[in-house]
Order: sequence, then C-alpha cells, then structure tokens
Amino acid sequence: MKLTDTLEETFIALSSNKARTGLTILGIVIGISSVIVMVSVGQGATGSIQASIESTGSNLLMITPGALRNFGYSARSAGGTAQSLTIDDANAIASQVSSVQYMTPEVTGRYQVVYKGNNTNTSIMGTSDTYPEVRNLSIDQGVFITSQDINNVSKAAVLGPTVVTDLFGTDATASDAIGQTIKINKMEFKVVGVAKAKGGTGFMNQDDRIYIPYTVSQRYFSGNKYLSEIDLQISSPNLMTSAQNDVTSLLLSLHNIADPTLADFTVQNQADILSSISSISQTLTILLGAIAGISLLVGGIGIMNMMLTTVTERTREIGLRKAIGAKAKDITFQFLTEAVVLTFSGGIVGVFLGCIISWGVKYFNLYQTKVSFLSVLLAVAVSAAIGIIFGYYPAKRAAKLNPIEALRYE
Amino acid sequence: MIEVNNIVKIYQTGSIGFQALSGVSFKIKDGEFVAIMGPSGSGKSTLMHILGALDTPTTGTYFLDGRDVSTLNEDELADIRKNKIGFVFQAFNLLPRTTALRNVSLPLVYAEIAPEERGKKAKESLRAAGLDEEYFDHLSNQLSGGQIQRVAIARALVNNPALILADEPTGNLDSKTGEIVLQTFEKLNKERGRTIILITHEHDVAKHADRIISLKDGLVISDTKDHKKR
Repeated sequence: MKLTDTLEETFIALSSNKARTGLTILGIVIGISSVIVMVSVGQGATGSIQASIESTGSNLLMITPGALRNFGYSARSAGGTAQSLTIDDANAIASQVSSVQYMTPEVTGRYQVVYKGNNTNTSIMGTSDTYPEVRNLSIDQGVFITSQDINNVSKAAVLGPTVVTDLFGTDATASDAIGQTIKINKMEFKVVGVAKAKGGTGFMNQDDRIYIPYTVSQRYFSGNKYLSEIDLQISSPNLMTSAQNDVTSLLLSLHNIADPTLADFTVQNQADILSSISSISQTLTILLGAIAGISLLVGGIGIMNMMLTTVTERTREIGLRKAIGAKAKDITFQFLTEAVVLTFSGGIVGVFLGCIISWGVKYFNLYQTKVSFLSVLLAVAVSAAIGIIFGYYPAKRAAKLNPIEALRYE
Repeated sequence: MIEVNNIVKIYQTGSIGFQALSGVSFKIKDGEFVAIMGPSGSGKSTLMHILGALDTPTTGTYFLDGRDVSTLNEDELADIRKNKIGFVFQAFNLLPRTTALRNVSLPLVYAEIAPEERGKKAKESLRAAGLDEEYFDHLSNQLSGGQIQRVAIARALVNNPALILADEPTGNLDSKTGEIVLQTFEKLNKERGRTIILITHEHDVAKHADRIISLKDGLVISDTKDHKKR
C-alpha cells in the first residue's frame, strides 16, 4: 500500500467521525499548548530575574549578616533578623581591602509612606552616597543622598519612580515630587531626588523603593547600630575572588571568629547569586513543564482510547481488508498513521495556540514570557512521538486480528 | 486450476482437538461453477477458509494455479488473496459511508495499481456485476441489498482473480433478489469464463452451479455434475 493511499484512507477514516476526532485532537492541543505556555512563562521569569540581577551592579560583593549557606539571596528579605554587621565593619573593609572601589551600607525595612491622601507601603532603603555607583542607580531629577545628609542625619528622601506615581498620582512627573514633604512611618522627609526606572517585577521591583541616609534608618526606624547588608564594588572582575577572601578573613578577625564555618555573615558575589537564582528558575521551568506534560500524557491516553474504540468498531472492516490482501504491516501502518496524524495535527494547532497565549500573557503584562524555538520543536516532536507510542498498541491489536474471526465479528 | 489433496483440518482448543475436515480431495478446472453444499457443521466454512487462503490445512496440500498454498506464511497468504482470490460474503462487508466505486477500488489500493487506472477498472467491474451506472457514486448505505451484493461481486472481480469465492452470497437477501445475484454469477461464469465456488446450505442456491460437491462431517459425500439434466 502506498503512502498517499494510506493518508487518503486516514483522512476518510478520521473525517467519518468528526466530533470524536475533534475532541481527541483537542486533548493534544491543550497538552501541547500548555507545555509551550508554561515553559515560556518559566523561561520569561528566568530572563527577567537575570536581567534585574545584572542591573543591580557589576563586580558586586554582597555581605549579609547571618550564616546563609544556601540561596542567601532569596533569604535576604529576612535580612536584619541576624544582627552582626556594623558601620565599623563596613568602614574597616573600605579602608583595609585595597580592591574595594566603593562601599555602601544598607539598612532596609518596610514602612507606610504618606503624601496627603495617598499612602503606600514600600521598601525603605537606608544607604550612603556611594549607592548609585555600586548599584548602577541613576538619578532622574534632583540629587541623591549626600555624605552631609548622612553626617547630619537629615531626613532627605530619594524616591523610586513607582513610589512617585503611587504617592503623587499616575500622571505625576519627577519634578512634581521634588521639594515635597512626605511622611515615612509618621516622620516627615523632604524629597530631594527621584531615581530613574530600573525595571523588575514583583518582589524584584527595584523602582518601588525610597532611599534615605542609613544613619536616619538606624536612629529612627531600626533603633540599633546594625546593617542589613554591605555592598562592595570591586575595581576589577579578576579581583573578585581575592577580594571575597580578603573581606571574609578581615570580618572573621573583626568578629573574633577563628573557625570560618562559624562565620556570622555571608559574602556572596553576583555570579553566585545569579547561578543560584538561575537554578531556582530552571527548576521552576521544569516543574511547570512537567505539570503541563501531565495534560499531554492525558491527551495521549485519549488518543489510545479512541484508537482502541476505532479498532473494535472497525473489526469487520479490518477483516475485509485482510481478506482482500492487506498484510499485517499494512494494517499496522494504517492505524499508526491515523494516530500520528491526530497527534501531529493537534501538535501543530497546539503550538500556534501556545504561542498566541504566551504572546497574550506578555502583551497584557501578566508575566514575562519567552517562547523558545527549542520548546516548539520539542512539542512537535513529542506530539508525533505520542502518536507512535499510544497508537502502536491499538495498531498492533488491529494487525493481529484473525481475518476469519474479524469478518464474523458482530 | 484448483487441486485439493486429502485436506485435514484440526482445531486445537487446549487438549481437545476438533476435526473439521477429515481428508477432502477434489479438483476444479478453470471456468467451472461449483457449489459446495452441506449442513452446518459439515466443514464447508473451514473448506472455504482454506480455499480462500484465509487459513491453512493441518495436513494435505492445496494447489492454486500450480502453487502449493497449504504451506505459506501469513504475508504470502495475503498476497495470494490479493492476486488470486475474490471474496463475496453473506454480510457483504462493504465499507460504510463509502461510495460504490471506492469500495470496488479498495483491492486495487492494496495491489498498488496506479490511481488513474483504478476508476476505470472499478467501473468495468461494476458494469460486469450489473450495477446501473447511476449508482456508482452512491454511498454504500444508500443502496439496496441486491445492489450492495452487486458492488461486493464487482469488488471480488476487480483484481481479475483466478477464483471467486462466494460464501452464502444470498443468505441476507430475499429470494427474488437472491435469484438476480445468482444469475449474475451464472452470467460471469458463462460469458466471462470466471471460476466460481459457491458455498451454501440451500439446494435451490446450489443448483445454479454446474457441479455440486456435498460435504458431511468433514468428508465429501457426493460430487455430481448431472443434477441439471435430471
């Protein structure tokens, strides 16, 4: 039997029961499109997280209190719970480790911020004048916190662009905010500058933030001398490892700790953080893909179910085909072709649907998505493979039918 | 030329064997119209399956056009069925919701005849089976019983087989339509020289043939050619 004839037979067979064929294909369409959408969401998340980490600065070393051996970055939101770093540590590092170009301390907290009727709960970052250098922050209008503000413990605030719109209205520009007085945790602050947008979403949003002198944070908000984080910019990427070692040994001696495994702080560089976040988001992608894969499996079982029903229904037809000279391999091939055509057409439709949904999710700003060519290719290959795997058993069953019994089948 | 020598067929179910044929021998020359008769259980269905290359005998030989069919494997049997045998079944066995023409073309698909030739051959065959031209494109479920059996006969003819095997071809038809179908077989035999074997349990049907082989309990009990003269 020729391939063109097999395809024609397949078309006739599948179109003779359109509702059943359509529903079976739908199972595959849903499976394939959800795999594509889920993987695109996962990869989009990976991409945006990486971009936002890279935007936080280059040649960056981060020192956080507490011994966070694994995934220090994700635990950073709890920074300050362990209290071991002080401004003396920070200053000692800045003066004694030669490869440190800039140092900036951070004291973070979340407080209620009010301007007239509007209020928002945002991240308050107590820091120093070197923050823009270390963290790649640019000022849109006005100035950043100066060393004078720090020494005078003056209540000056630099707003992130999200905070500007939250407090001054969606149409507000940076100039509307400058010079205004806002209340952070019921204390009045003067807005001296507005930062440029850096991007990032959700908990990674670096624009939903207010910068104030760290001395103010310590005195009025945390009420103690500790820091949540010390950030260092190292002069050259080649010096990152040696700088990390120097900082670690200096802090160990300052804290009188002999055993490095008992350190009450963690020094991480950006590459470490990037790789740990990447591994998290890759796990996320795999997880999402696996969940979607289950629906694909269910779709495959649907194909098998339909093919088994078809074989039973068409027993006499199979008997007749054998009586007029069809070989077992002709029958196998015919039913296998039916299954593969079902899954493959479902796969193609699924790819289109998946791409459209991914695009829609991105367009309506729900999540960042990224459809990779590889995931499309994989989805199509998987759909064809499902046809072969789930179609094989019914096809073999059809081919094995005894023509005499098949012709007598009622 | 068909030559059956001492065919025995035993169906084995577990340890119990059932002997359906106990040594059947006969010869059928090309162009003969033979009826194989017998009550149910006589072994005529088993014999038909063997003659039709759907099954092989336990012992004995079956030569069809000089080739021993009794020792072939499944794929070789399929080739014999494809090239040498045309079946007409009691239950017709047309493909549902498919045109008469396409039903008749089906054996040509497996014989890998070029698509352009299939239509021509199928039409020729339908004409020979006596179906009016206007029904060629009707779906199988829009045809009457007699028309359906003509399509089935056309399908059996289309590959120009050495042998047409008809298994109770009138069993599902009323007597008038059955008569027309039997006349079609007679015509194919007389006018086109087709070798036809008709399997039936009814004497009225069998008498249309030139020769009647009667089976009982797996054995040939009579083989007559002169029933028409009586």
